[in-house]
Amino acid sequence: MATALQIVACAGIVPDPLQTLEPVTGPNGPGLKNEMVLPAVLDPWAACALYEAAALAQKHPGSKVWLVALGPKAKLQQVMMTVAQKVAFELVPVDGPIGGFPDAHSTAAALASAIESIPGLDRAQLLLFGGWESASRGAGVTLQLIGERLGIADQFFGVDQISLRDDGSFEVLERVEGGKHQVSVCAGAPAVLGWATGNLPEPRNNPQIGMSNMRTIMPALQKAKTVALEANSLEYVSVSLPRQQRTTRVEKNMTSDEIAAELVEWIGKDN
Amino acid sequence: MESILVLTHADESGSALTRHSLEAVTAGKELAARLGAPLTIGIVAADANRAASAVMHAGPRLLAVRGEAFAQARFASDAAACEALWRAAQATIVVAPQSSRFARVMAAVAHRLGGVIDTHIAALAGGDSADVTRLEATRWFYRQRIEAVVTRTARPWFLLLDSGTHEPYAGEAGNAQVDEIAIAVELPALRTEVTGFRAPTQDEQTIRPDAKLLFVAGAGWTKKQPDGAVHVEEAGKLILGFLRASGASLGSSKSLVDQGGEGASVLPFLTHLNQVGQTGATPRHPKGLSTCCHGEEPHVVGWRFIGERRAISLDANCGWTRGKADVVYIADAFQVMAKVNELLKVGS
Repeated sequence: MATALQIVACAGIVPDPLQTLEPVTGPNGPGLKNEMVLPAVLDPWAACALYEAAALAQKHPGSKVWLVALGPKAKLQQVMMTVAQKVAFELVPVDGPIGGFPDAHSTAAALASAIESIPGLDRAQLLLFGGWESASRGAGVTLQLIGERLGIADQFFGVDQISLRDDGSFEVLERVEGGKHQVSVCAGAPAVLGWATGNLPEPRNNPQIGMSNMRTIMPALQKAKTVALEANSLEYVSVSLPRQQRTTRVEKNMTSDEIAAELVEWIGKDN
Repeated sequence: MESILVLTHADESGSALTRHSLEAVTAGKELAARLGAPLTIGIVAADANRAASAVMHAGPRLLAVRGEAFAQARFASDAAACEALWRAAQATIVVAPQSSRFARVMAAVAHRLGGVIDTHIAALAGGDSADVTRLEATRWFYRQRIEAVVTRTARPWFLLLDSGTHEPYAGEAGNAQVDEIAIAVELPALRTEVTGFRAPTQDEQTIRPDAKLLFVAGAGWTKKQPDGAVHVEEAGKLILGFLRASGASLGSSKSLVDQGGEGASVLPFLTHLNQVGQTGATPRHPKGLSTCCHGEEPHVVGWRFIGERRAISLDANCGWTRGKADVVYIADAFQVMAKVNELLKVGS
């Protein structure tokens, strides 16, 4: 018997990975230079979580996917123009600061509060999805803190696969050290799943899904609750780009034999 | 006054602390000495007697949570264990390894205890003459592109250390009396069971975190070669041959891994777990050799924590290697790696 799922995917927005990033310090702490005009994308690992959520929902009729995202409304709207064409979801936006420097505890509190306020969400049946780390703060704690705030006692991180069973239980594969997966079986929802890359390719743009999503996304953005994130005693002593620049020796005229000999000697040498 | 708790856990055997845990012990000892703070070591292990022997003389106080329930790396039991260890130690600073096991639970534990957490710590500084009580932690933001030093006044402050940032503790082993250090844990209802481990579908393990060399394969291995054909099979043999002969760990660029999902010719032993860069790993190895890579992923993000870096590329104008690699060989990687494998074979 297929079970209807209630999946909430948490996803932030981050600068496009191809952009050059430069830190600046403002009155509210560190940030990125020209942050509001940098092209943004949905956080890559969180995007994998959203696509996995949508694929699961499609396999289980009656299921629903919510996307909870925190960021400035204008940037959220910009990113949603693309993301909305990928998979079906209902957006729950939270209007707040962008970037990786705000405290994760405050971010988690704001997101947990947004999830608690979703009408009709049965938290006993909740599967909370997200990226196992973000491409901004990269701490891997926000989703866990949300789960803890929501009282969810089964959490999995570095998830690459989930297989649902008819009785509602599921098998989950988490990345562990040494390039292996730990295999666990959980009795069922509620659970937190912090996704790594998963196994799905990025869905193709589907204008019909986009139009359907945008009907609810625009009103949701207009009604988005504004939050201020407390520092929670977090203080930045310094924020800088790594200055290390190596002197690169470019060898254009060595034969393959010479290169191989030099490499073997280098590999065998102790540091 | 600060007090320090180092949380450690056993490996899959259940009776020996992981190398990463021993690195955290070293960090905790150094920090305790600098801050003049008392040190406690907490252990989560099925067989805490044997696990504790490696750190018997590392700190004046040892605590352990033991039993079969803690043989499994599982959120509910591990969180309860770490919470119990902290309640027994009441430390202001908690240092722990950023292992998959502790990364899964430590933020939740910090929240339960009214504390705060910072993760992926690359360095700890504190106890300077200017302010002997101030502790500062270095970590990276935006996938290793921006480095920041942070401090907090809130306590308890949990700090998860990245692997490879400290030497593993190697003190004299002893016999721990676990009955004296064991603490009781009230476990919640356990709804999850770890049933085992699964290696990716491949002939052999290519990810070796302790290897001295990281070998990064780029998409060029699967592109058309000078004869106008692709030689994926040959590329696979050369790469695997090199890994076997050198003991290196294999990393890959995103573009090469993604080819598998797009139905293109692909090296069969590569998975997303091999991927380094923005959406992959940033492993720590003393040396790195990149081959057929062109782009930011391997040279900037994925190589952040690689010591000596060399690259083989056909593109003499590849801007990503300039200033990032120590040596760039402008050559055909197929030819060079074939010769390298021959030499390694002769030398073995």
